[in-house]
Amino acid sequence: MLRLADVSKTFFAGTPNERRALRHVDLRLAKGDFVTVIGSNGAGKSTLLNVIAGSLPVDCGTVQIAGRNVVKVPDYKRASMIGRVFQDPAAGTAPHLTIEQNLAVAESRGKRRGLGKGVTRARRHRYEHDLQTLELGLESRMRHRVGLLSGGQRQALSLLMASFTGPDLLLLDEHTAALDPQRAELVLGITERVVRDSGLTALMVTHNMDQALRMGNRLLMMHEGEIVFQLDEAAKKDATVTDLLAMFGQVKGQLTDRTLLG
Amino acid sequence: MANTLELGMLYALLALGVFLTYRILNFADLTVDGSFTTGAGTAALLITNGMHPLIGTAAGFVAGSLGGLATGLLHTKLHIDPLLASILTMIALWSVNLRIMGKANLSLLNQPTVFTPLAERGLVSTWWSVGILAALAIAAKLVIDAFLATNFGLAVQSTGDNPAMASSLGISTDTTKIVTLMLANGLVGLSGALIAQLQGFADIQMGVGLILVGLASVIVGNAILGTRFMFLASLGVIVGSATYRLVIFFALRWDVLSPQDMKLISATLVVIALVISQSKGIRAFFARISPWRRSDTVPEPLLAVPSTGEEEA
Repeated sequence: MLRLADVSKTFFAGTPNERRALRHVDLRLAKGDFVTVIGSNGAGKSTLLNVIAGSLPVDCGTVQIAGRNVVKVPDYKRASMIGRVFQDPAAGTAPHLTIEQNLAVAESRGKRRGLGKGVTRARRHRYEHDLQTLELGLESRMRHRVGLLSGGQRQALSLLMASFTGPDLLLLDEHTAALDPQRAELVLGITERVVRDSGLTALMVTHNMDQALRMGNRLLMMHEGEIVFQLDEAAKKDATVTDLLAMFGQVKGQLTDRTLLG
Repeated sequence: MANTLELGMLYALLALGVFLTYRILNFADLTVDGSFTTGAGTAALLITNGMHPLIGTAAGFVAGSLGGLATGLLHTKLHIDPLLASILTMIALWSVNLRIMGKANLSLLNQPTVFTPLAERGLVSTWWSVGILAALAIAAKLVIDAFLATNFGLAVQSTGDNPAMASSLGISTDTTKIVTLMLANGLVGLSGALIAQLQGFADIQMGVGLILVGLASVIVGNAILGTRFMFLASLGVIVGSATYRLVIFFALRWDVLSPQDMKLISATLVVIALVISQSKGIRAFFARISPWRRSDTVPEPLLAVPSTGEEEA
């Protein structure tokens, strides 16, 4: 479903501030894979998602989604294949539009936006049903502006907007990091259900190792722009947070040695 | 008084254009000062050359929208800041307008205009013509309301509200911006074409400072009727345009002020309206006296968790 080959991205190339955010990254996701991505700050996790979504151009390498090379496709055109939820709850929704208008904007993803009515009765009916699955009572507030919702409610709505059209790929960029633990759990539960029920292929960045182990069927760790190790389904099942920390320490040690020796 | 409100209804078309860019698209578009005269000049040129006034008026809309297109292209394709892009177009249009008109002032004296049928019946500057022009402004407002409720219109609103979200949902924000700028400046050009016909001339100076008139109408109108519902927000623009004209009308009756103080009055009015729309106390006052705005202040039920993001403006 997703295939990255030899993807590199450097910021401020040729200046003293040069930062190599991605170094020759190779990654393959099969259909239905739900991969969690961990790594320290500046490891390149968000850059990876931005490169896949097309918000950032790659320096070299190829990005294939559903068998199509999309390196030259601008972000708004890739959007027909990709659903995204951002870390900031305000980023994924339009605050001055109502809940139903936001959903209508999301539903037109990948379609021609013409002069047909945005929120039709049929759509409203369907949204009511979709919102019920979130179990937040939003279905009774469809004509309220999204700016009035709490962060957790907005993230749940963003998640619905990103996923309910069945995109080829769902990108989650620390989408629970700005929420309190209780709300984060709620949104994670919805995430799990949505991904499972719609059979989506997903890539979820998180800082929370426990989350990373609990969710999805594969895990990968990034460090200084490289994927330093991966766990497949079997290995991930038995792994603990302590294991992850140990592995991270080991990798970090190796890298430091290499940097010193190199 | 009727004459004042007549002008108010015609400038309401310009204000609706400013509403589209300033409020909906969140784009500070100063093209208005140029595209208004472009509309007026184009209409005057065609009418003096024997074209039907309705064709001249429609051409005013098209000519104005081309000004919007220029600003849109400068901003989206050449990545020039909105304010600067529109200032560049505005300044360039000054020369274009002189080319169109051929001279600084084009008279429509003894020419047929869209107001000729009204004039023949002696209805110009009466409440009849105010009513007819109000109907025109409301028709334009209803078209805008309907446009903003379409799939494309919702994409336009998302572009203004959250551009990053818009492109992540597959909206080409370049397209939405260009189309909205064209529509907005088309309305401005239409307004110019009609006002030239009402006054009986097009003048190179007639657009100077009109962005302030548009902003004043939008801000005053939205302070009165609120922005909770699109229907009331765009209606407020028309009310704001009428209010603005009345304020000028009464201000000029005061002996101390003369017509040359118009621009100063405009700017002062915008400042007052901006302060009013920011002040919580005054907003609460408006909420109390306005039956429609009450819904704004009703606390949201079931909202125990405070919102982390941007609050309602």
